[in-house]
Amino acid sequence: MKPYLEISKLNKIYPTPKGPAVIVKDFDLTIGKGEFITLIGHSGCGKSTVLSIVAGLSDLTTGAVVLAGREVNAAGPDRGVVFQAPCLLPWFTAYQNVMLGVEQVFFTASPEERHQIVEYYLHVVGLGDSMQKYPSELSGGMRQRVGIARAFALSPKMLLLDEPFGMLDSLTRYELQQVLIDLWKKDQKTALMVTHDVDEAIFLSDRIVMMSDGPEAEVGDIVRVPFARPRDRREIMEMPEYYELREYLIEFLNERSHDRPSKMNPRPAFRDPEPIWSKINEIQKITA
Amino acid sequence: MSEQFEKKIKDYVILPLFGVLCFMLLWCLICSVTDNLPNPIKMWQKSELFIYEPFAKRGEMDQGILRFTGLSISLVGQGYLVALIFGTPLGFFLGLSKLFTRSFDPIIQILRPVSPLAWYPLGLVLFELSPEPSYFASLFTISVCAMWPTVLNTAVGVRAIPQDYLNVAKVLKLSRSKTLFKVLIPATLPYMFTGFRLSLGIAWLVIVAVEMLKGQPGIGGFLWDAYNAGNYSLVILCILVIGLVGFTLDRLMSLVEGKFKTA
Repeated sequence: MKPYLEISKLNKIYPTPKGPAVIVKDFDLTIGKGEFITLIGHSGCGKSTVLSIVAGLSDLTTGAVVLAGREVNAAGPDRGVVFQAPCLLPWFTAYQNVMLGVEQVFFTASPEERHQIVEYYLHVVGLGDSMQKYPSELSGGMRQRVGIARAFALSPKMLLLDEPFGMLDSLTRYELQQVLIDLWKKDQKTALMVTHDVDEAIFLSDRIVMMSDGPEAEVGDIVRVPFARPRDRREIMEMPEYYELREYLIEFLNERSHDRPSKMNPRPAFRDPEPIWSKINEIQKITA
Repeated sequence: MSEQFEKKIKDYVILPLFGVLCFMLLWCLICSVTDNLPNPIKMWQKSELFIYEPFAKRGEMDQGILRFTGLSISLVGQGYLVALIFGTPLGFFLGLSKLFTRSFDPIIQILRPVSPLAWYPLGLVLFELSPEPSYFASLFTISVCAMWPTVLNTAVGVRAIPQDYLNVAKVLKLSRSKTLFKVLIPATLPYMFTGFRLSLGIAWLVIVAVEMLKGQPGIGGFLWDAYNAGNYSLVILCILVIGLVGFTLDRLMSLVEGKFKTA
């Protein structure tokens, strides 16, 4: 696997009156081109910090983030960010919100081409009829659709999603997960998403990175999701592996996330028979 | 429907009329004790001429009431415009830069409570060599006094811009001018308009003081002139007109302000 995004020895430390507070400690992660990676962990464990550092919205203390051979040290439109709140500018219509970024990225394109890009992405996320509406006239789900369209329309090298569906009801969440994964497939994007929804992580990701609790959050474990794409939500939910994987993730969140991985047993008590993905994982760790 | 209508009539017609009636009664009561103050009927008879011929001009200090009001509004408008032109950018600088706030906030806080009566002489000195010192001094006084609400509200508005919007600007790597015009200014508008409304109120307060000092033709100058002539009916007329105009201006500004609040 050729690395596309490399996060190495990432540390985030805030100075406080009581001494430095280590939020994220020695975070290492390598993502291949076209991969969909999810970070899961408890709220406040530092997963969003990692994402905002990759987005360039927050500075790292030590370590490095390299995207497509170039070090990341500021925010820029080469990374499309979908925030938890859709973060649309309320004085612009859906169309204008997407256009704002498109103008910036495709400044050499003709107005007609830009118009087509904006229209295309708003159509794809299912907002063909609501392009001229203001955010206040759109539902929460529709606003997040605009957020997704805005991120993809920039034609970024990579997508960063910070709990993008966290504020939506579960039906809308399912719909938008589908919208996201379809676009991801179509545009062949590399994606890094933060969530605390285990089912969302399984449905969307190639690999799931579990983060231990902060402070001093670090990578607890990484599992590969064994289901072939395109995935059918109902189909995969009926597979026995689904529940094993789900159990494993939840067990991690409930029990092991409090332990320091450095102090953990190399392989904690794991139910028999050992699921296939942890073996793949082992092999991957060795080859990496 | 009709019940609602009745409630509206009660809330917006009957109760306010009751308040006016109480006010009139108090007025008459005071008149019955002292001879100095004209009662409402006397007042009306004395000021009829200025109301029935609102735009007449019989002399420098003998003009219809709306003509005087117009003169005052025009001066206030000019001073107010100057206040906005200087106050809004100043507010932006204060909101955007901590360094700027630390440097200039103390002096602003000290200048802010200074009365218009104190600024006017300074204005006369400053514009001594100009063709019309009293005109420029008035303008100076109105704008200096009216500027502060705009400055402070704009600064608060800029500081209150949600980090989300700033992140959007950062992620899209908007240029400085685009960030200013497409993100910062629209996000601050509601606060700016609150400042604009308060500033207009102050500008209108200041005009009377300024005109009294210089005896310029205008509603404040007319009031002072009427007092000197012992014509207290006209003093009351001026007070009522000043109040009505101030109220109308404030209503108009809140209409505009409301437009931006919904965004």
